[in-house]
Amino acid sequence: MAAPVESSGWFPALAIAVSLLKCLFINAYHSTDFEVHRNWLAITHSLPISRWYYENTSEWTLDYPPLFAWFEYGLSQAAVHFDRGMLVVENLNYASPATILFQRLSVVFADLVFIYAVKECCTTVREEKAAKDLLRRPCFVLAVLLLWNFGLFIVDHIHFQYNGFLFGFLLLSVARHLQARHLEGALWFSIVLNLKHINLYVAPAYGIYLLRCFCFTQDNTDGSLRWRSFSPVRLVSLGAVVLSVTAASFGPFVAMGQLPQVLSRLFPFKRGLCHAYWAPNFWALYNVLDKALSMLGVRLGLLDVAGLPKASMTGGLVQEFQHAVLPSVSPPTALLCTLLAMLPALWCVWRRPCGGRGFLRCLVQCALASFMFSWHVHEKAAPASGEHRRDAGIFLMLATTGHYSLFPLLFTPAEFPIKVLLMLLFTIYSFSALRNLFSGEGSLLHPLEALYLLGLVAVEVLCEVVFPLSPWQQTLPFVPLLVTSVYCALGVSYSFVRLYVSLLTQEVTEKTKRL
Amino acid sequence: METCTLVSMSILLGVLVRWGVSFNSYSGAGKPPMFGDYEAQRHWQEVTYNLPIQEWYFNTTDNDLNYWGLDYPPLTAFHSLLCAHVAKLINPEWVKLLGSRGYESPAHKLFMRATVLAADLLVYIPAVVLYCCYLTNGSTNKKVGTLLCILLYPGLILIDYGHFQYNGLSLGLTLWGVLGLGLGWDALGSLAFSLALNYKQMELYHALPFFCYLLGKCARQGLTGRGLFSLVKIAVTVLVTFALCWLPFLSDPEQALQVLRRIFPVARGLFEDKVANAWCSLNVLIKIRSILSSDSQFYLSFAVTLLAITPSSLKLLKTPTFWQFKLALVNSSLAFFLFSYQVHEKSILLAALPVCLLLNDLPLVAIYFLQVSTFSMLPLLLKDGLLMPYAVTSLAFLVLSTHLLSALERCTEAQLRLEGYRRLAAWLPAWLPRLDLARIIRRKRWFPPSTLQMPVPGTFPNIRPCQLAVKHRGQ
Repeated sequence: MAAPVESSGWFPALAIAVSLLKCLFINAYHSTDFEVHRNWLAITHSLPISRWYYENTSEWTLDYPPLFAWFEYGLSQAAVHFDRGMLVVENLNYASPATILFQRLSVVFADLVFIYAVKECCTTVREEKAAKDLLRRPCFVLAVLLLWNFGLFIVDHIHFQYNGFLFGFLLLSVARHLQARHLEGALWFSIVLNLKHINLYVAPAYGIYLLRCFCFTQDNTDGSLRWRSFSPVRLVSLGAVVLSVTAASFGPFVAMGQLPQVLSRLFPFKRGLCHAYWAPNFWALYNVLDKALSMLGVRLGLLDVAGLPKASMTGGLVQEFQHAVLPSVSPPTALLCTLLAMLPALWCVWRRPCGGRGFLRCLVQCALASFMFSWHVHEKAAPASGEHRRDAGIFLMLATTGHYSLFPLLFTPAEFPIKVLLMLLFTIYSFSALRNLFSGEGSLLHPLEALYLLGLVAVEVLCEVVFPLSPWQQTLPFVPLLVTSVYCALGVSYSFVRLYVSLLTQEVTEKTKRL
Repeated sequence: METCTLVSMSILLGVLVRWGVSFNSYSGAGKPPMFGDYEAQRHWQEVTYNLPIQEWYFNTTDNDLNYWGLDYPPLTAFHSLLCAHVAKLINPEWVKLLGSRGYESPAHKLFMRATVLAADLLVYIPAVVLYCCYLTNGSTNKKVGTLLCILLYPGLILIDYGHFQYNGLSLGLTLWGVLGLGLGWDALGSLAFSLALNYKQMELYHALPFFCYLLGKCARQGLTGRGLFSLVKIAVTVLVTFALCWLPFLSDPEQALQVLRRIFPVARGLFEDKVANAWCSLNVLIKIRSILSSDSQFYLSFAVTLLAITPSSLKLLKTPTFWQFKLALVNSSLAFFLFSYQVHEKSILLAALPVCLLLNDLPLVAIYFLQVSTFSMLPLLLKDGLLMPYAVTSLAFLVLSTHLLSALERCTEAQLRLEGYRRLAAWLPAWLPRLDLARIIRRKRWFPPSTLQMPVPGTFPNIRPCQLAVKHRGQ
């Protein structure tokens, strides 16, 4: 659209445009997460450090690692100039216009980290041939898919969270690893780990990759590991980086002997296997199977109705649940399943790293595995997929399904057009852009996959238009959530399996090439 | 990327921005007893739904004309009636006669905003898409860039989705008229414009160019042959359209007269509030309103307006080309805005629409004017609590349009079409300073950010529309 000469102005234009769009939704609906962060602003500003992880006036206690608490403390210094009322711990659910403005703007500004990280990623994207048309260049497509990501937009700027900020650090660390600046990459990853501990899930990928590619400095000619090239210096320097960041974050609390308290806040295993709305992962399918089997058992007279657990898992209650037919799942079991799911990917990257691309695939695989099998996953953990190249079809499946699974987050009528419009915008763009990038290599999606994705439209119409007008609205109010969750779980699981197949078949073809 | 993908994405983005602005406050929110334009529209739904047509424009016990009496032509009333039927289905409280005054609720706001969006989706947005696809020059990317910029023009979005009005409908119908004329479908174009006139009487600002263009075109075809046939066809279309719209009011002459009295309130004075036109600005130095009588004010504004629009209309009659027609639209609407009687600041939108049509040809000047036009409505927007959406949409428009239309690269004298000015300047006496307009225009692009520091309501932005009008008359 711009003159061909002006090739660098498009990135700032994209970034500014999306930031302005974010500012437009300041007055839209925000969830309880808004109050969560306001409470943390108040806690970190008004109370001494020793009280931060003990404070429980509000039900939304501090459950992120200390570095995030420091971040909130920093924000609170600016919040003073907007409205002091939000910094009073007792002001529960305080939401004056100035408070809303400040909090929303803080998310927009925190996204600057994300924007910088995207810029760095774009510079590492290889372009085989520089296309004349800006819209066809891979770095442009990548920038749009990341900056204008539907999931981040909906969750961060309407529902209210700081995922863009956190994801920015993660993306930056990935970019640094792709640029072979491994120590810096490790630094950024340690930072993001100390900001939100959910990223522990991808730590094994980092650990194995860095061990294999950074600590062992050389490979044999056939690509296998040369054990002799182990460099203790590098291992120590890596360890130093990670430990120093962790020390800066946790240090004061360890010194005060509060570490157990902090850890208990960070890992609340008392919460149930699934949240009130089931994340579309493996356990959603497991629960549904259990329910179906129990109903079948009752029908066939094999089970006693009185002996079955009563509480509904999606009824809004967040508690531990006993399965009726299939074995119940406990936190250690879930952890074991997650680790088992990650193992093949880690093994692949250990045996044959294939440089930065291999690392990226492993990272995505681990993130997806953790989403699939973990304990108490929030649906918001879904937007974790990065860039794929030959796996464009899988990306489309995963992205579209994952994004659709976020729809129940915005349930108010006024926000309905926003989520539909943004979803359409992002989906149309991603399909069109990826099809252009890979034109001539056949269709990106199998017909059945296309049918599944079209089915999402049907599910949406059913859940948000047909069902509320039907007589079952009163008696079975959880059905739309259930249907959405299970349908998306199918898509996500399918993508997970396909990714693995793709990873392992690539491994096999690499082996046969070398023979 | 294919055209339809780009077009659909532009439309989605345009609708998204509109809906985003709609989250903010509207005119008169929470301000009894009169509230604002939002309440006026709701009240018209109440009146048209509950009362018989004969009472819509009259002062009765059920219809107090002092409380937002209907002052638009019949098509607005019919549109309100349609919305009222939908409202009644959802919640009868919204249109209860005399009982729903000042009704405000989140659900009602959602409904009202949805009616504006529906009107835009049906009328305005398709017109813009068709105009950009078929009547603009350049590559696909250039056309889509123009489409996106027109859809993101802040003034219309802020007034329709913020303050609350249905300008998208009247401007959309006018655009359909322009579209018809541009594609050679004169009868359909006249139909659309007649409907626009019957929706808002302010569309008269655009009437003379339509008239001159069509008359000139028919004259070209020969007034004794095909031309006469075309003329008769157009005339019949217009008359039938008007007749159909005014049908319920034609049974009794008093009805028609009363409607006319309501839509042309000559008793209200030269101008109200602060508006960026000539009389308000002049009033700062010379208190016209107190010096001249009401009648004199009326005749003065009539004379000056006529003087301002005559040159472009005559030129259009002589050479009825589409480019000349677009320029005449700009000239006419701006002349009316600057010199006419009882102009409201929102009427700048009537000038903004034709300028949007020039975005592709004269990007820098058009962008500049569109920015200034939005700025001129700032006092109104501030009153409605729309500062944040104003800042966001104005900045977004500036950044995107400058980038997409390569405005800053296309400002040589030839590209700014200033040859006419140069020819005119050649006739002036040698001792008068020659203004290098091209350089001034390029320098003026820095003005929008700087004018933000000086919120002098109304008077300051007036200068720019004046200069623009002068420039176009010279062509």
